Amino acid sequence: MAQSRSRDLDKLLLRHGHLVGPNFEPGPDLRDDLREYARVLVVGAGGLGCELLKDLALSGFRNLEVIDMDRIEVSNLNRQFLFRLGDVGKPKAEVAAKRVMERVAGVNIVPHFCRIEDKELDFYNDFSIIVLGLDSIEARSYINSVACGFLEYDSDDNPREETIKPMVDGGTEGFKGHARVIVPGVTPCFECTIWLFPPQVKFPLCTLAETPRTAAHCIEYAHLIKWDEVHSGKTFDPDNPEHMQWVYSEAVKRAELFGIPGVTYSLTQGVVKNIIPAIASTNAIISAACALETLKIASACSKTLSNYLTYNGVEGLHTKVTEFVKDKDCLVCGPGVLMEMAASVTLGEFITLLEDHPKLLLSRASVTHRGKNLYMQAPPVLEEMTRSNLDLPLFDLMDKVPKDVVHVTGTTSKSDKKTSSLRKLRVVFKGVDGVSDMDTAGGA
Amino acid sequence: MAEPKTKYDRQLRIWGEQGQAALEKASICLLNCGPTGSETLKNLVLGGIGSITVIDGSKVEEGDLGNNFMVDESSVGQSKARSVCAFLQELNDAVKAKFIEEYPEALIETNPSFFSQFTLVIATQLVEDSMVKLDKICREANIMLIFARSYGLTGFVRISVKEHAVIESKPDHFLDDLRLNNPWPELRSFAEAIDLNVPDPVVHKHTPYVVILVKMADEWAKNHGGSLPSTREEKKEFKELIRARMRALDEDNYKEAMEASFKVFAPCGISSNLQRIINDSCADVDSNSADFWVMVAALKEFIEGTGEAPLEGSIPDMTSSTELYVTLQKIYQAKAEADFLVIQRHVRNILNRIGRDSDCISKTMIKSFCKNARKLTICRYRPLEDEFNSPVQPELQKYLTDEDYSSIAVGFYILLRAVDRFAANYNSFPGQFEGEMDEDISRLKTIAVGLLGDSGCNGSTLTEDLINDMCRYGAAELHAVAAFIGGIASQEVIKLITKQFVPMSGTFIFNGVDHKSQLLSL
Repeated sequence: MAQSRSRDLDKLLLRHGHLVGPNFEPGPDLRDDLREYARVLVVGAGGLGCELLKDLALSGFRNLEVIDMDRIEVSNLNRQFLFRLGDVGKPKAEVAAKRVMERVAGVNIVPHFCRIEDKELDFYNDFSIIVLGLDSIEARSYINSVACGFLEYDSDDNPREETIKPMVDGGTEGFKGHARVIVPGVTPCFECTIWLFPPQVKFPLCTLAETPRTAAHCIEYAHLIKWDEVHSGKTFDPDNPEHMQWVYSEAVKRAELFGIPGVTYSLTQGVVKNIIPAIASTNAIISAACALETLKIASACSKTLSNYLTYNGVEGLHTKVTEFVKDKDCLVCGPGVLMEMAASVTLGEFITLLEDHPKLLLSRASVTHRGKNLYMQAPPVLEEMTRSNLDLPLFDLMDKVPKDVVHVTGTTSKSDKKTSSLRKLRVVFKGVDGVSDMDTAGGA
Repeated sequence: MAEPKTKYDRQLRIWGEQGQAALEKASICLLNCGPTGSETLKNLVLGGIGSITVIDGSKVEEGDLGNNFMVDESSVGQSKARSVCAFLQELNDAVKAKFIEEYPEALIETNPSFFSQFTLVIATQLVEDSMVKLDKICREANIMLIFARSYGLTGFVRISVKEHAVIESKPDHFLDDLRLNNPWPELRSFAEAIDLNVPDPVVHKHTPYVVILVKMADEWAKNHGGSLPSTREEKKEFKELIRARMRALDEDNYKEAMEASFKVFAPCGISSNLQRIINDSCADVDSNSADFWVMVAALKEFIEGTGEAPLEGSIPDMTSSTELYVTLQKIYQAKAEADFLVIQRHVRNILNRIGRDSDCISKTMIKSFCKNARKLTICRYRPLEDEFNSPVQPELQKYLTDEDYSSIAVGFYILLRAVDRFAANYNSFPGQFEGEMDEDISRLKTIAVGLLGDSGCNGSTLTEDLINDMCRYGAAELHAVAAFIGGIASQEVIKLITKQFVPMSGTFIFNGVDHKSQLLSL
């Protein structure tokens, strides 16, 4: 018999093991199911994404999709190994998908060159596992809320197995990184442990304006204060080399004025664009850990990481596994914020309620119920189509079910920064749950 | 070709142009280019390593297509080294890539001098016997060596270098060098000229905490017979004295002074780590000593004279007027420069004494050495044969009995060695072929028990689960595991070549079951 392409993987997938996950059923069927039915989405086609696509394609998966809004830049080439100099300017997702398909026969990768927010929620529901290779907290938070949004709880507040959408998340910075497994409703979600990602410290404006001491202060003065003074109305574009050059030369002038050393063009770029140093090796380590966990979740061929791995290679080599615990009251992965209201409340009134709700403070909300758009703020076509719903009672729009889950997307502001958030709400209509429920009727 | 500075921007921010230059000068030899080896090299080629030589005698088989990204259908039946080398070259045309179609084991046996042309050798997927032989060859020739192996859901990475001295260890959190507990005359007189009771509130809130603390420590010493706060009570009292001088709640400089007050209490002198380095027998230098140790000898003389290491010379950002901050910066820089000149004089004298050219160590090098004197790090690695023949007993016992964390990792360590003995006895790895699973399990168990006995750990056992799964792995080289091991190996190679950051110590055992991997110091 000719040698099989899955010679090595077969050892893990076809043989019985002891240190395995629950319901592990080794055999050719498992291998075939992984090929045919497992669908994995890779979010991000950058340093981690390129590695992830390769690792997953060589870990028995054949149905992969990748989403990324960025185009290839020269400074990606020291680590994003699927890209060549001639690819600069092309969409990352498309080139990455093409390169992996060229080399690994049988694998199919669908690229999506767009923002993660541009996709309908249903798009994300289609995957067995979502793997995140991102460098932004906001994007992680968004995908996390989408995946947790699919989670349903039974009447005992236990998560319904079939609604769980597992995620595997990786992140790196220099010689450090993390890999984690998120099983909504079981492990903590991204939001439960958001404190692991403290917000970036900014310099006080008065320091920049009055008592600069470091090169970074001079650069931020030129970038945040001087630019606006000189270019009224023109927005600063960090990708425009002329803009960057202007900020650099202003920063040099200011540094000379105050006798501050150390302003360089490279530092100017680093400060203004908040560049995070990145290298191939750390990305390889973290992506490999994520891909391995993805394979284990999909096949149960081994126990999994529970639930957070950190790697630090600065001084020696340190890896550590921490088992974080779930926040029971998490707004994102919990059973959802309970909203009790009268059956007469209109969709428009409901949207106003969300703005004032202390746990939500969600403005400009769009509302969906069971995949149906009840009201959409954008695009204009959809807004117009759904506008007439605003005056109708929410109860009627929800097909007169006494209680159900709705999803709302809107804007929340956290320390002056607006972020788009998705929230799950448990709407209960008072006075309609059974005929004899008279005691709450007065609330209508 | 892209402008290299832009292409390498994200890594230049980590190891700088010097680190990059070291990489571009390095010549690397890879033994075996399965996924573990080729992934290791990929990460180095992307970063612009100088040259690579891929050594592998095997041909690409169908099974390789399932775990190695650097071979493809068209290369089945051809040299694996050629195929991997071609893909790697495609990644970066600045790298000189070549290959030799030969089995590493044969080279080790027949041509040991071959390895002396390289800066560093990466040896992947070798069995114990070849590893030990190669280790001796590379030690003899002073070539850096790193071993990497992937095996099912486990694997290891092990550096083998006689000695690796790091000047720029770049630790993440390291106490700044402000000397608040022991200010030199210029710093003290600068502080004396500043009035903490200045009436102008703007000036008051822009007096840097360094000045506040130097003055207040001085005042305290005057009232306490020359000593600084040492008991808990005294420390508390000192902090309260600072608080009492705050005029408004928004005076960040005073808040910073309270937070930094522990720097006044810190003991003077050098760390135990640095003490160990200057006491090292290598610090007794002769004409054969490395430059590093010549500088350590100079440092030793400096410390014997002053009780302190040379001043680092940089200060952290702190609330301050620009003028005071910049002046303070210059005072620290001036002291660092003065300390450097003293060390440089010592270096020259020592070089003279040992009969070398007194200018043969560059000024830049001595400067960097002075700036990092407190952070010097020495890594030494046992010869592999020593570790295999006599592992550090108490450590091994500790790992074996630590049920909580590392028992799986140390179990893998024993089993990774046991599978090589198995292969030496039976010409295949346990579970490598179908059909003899039960027999292989009991054979592997017998070998593992024997190995534990040889290591002086009679009575210790490994769990059936672990032995069983080791046989299940059947020497599989899974891509994701290989990419992880290769990633770790390349990271360590970068640290060894740039001589920046601190390479791992001991043997890293990868535990792909639950990721509770461990470094074993055996």
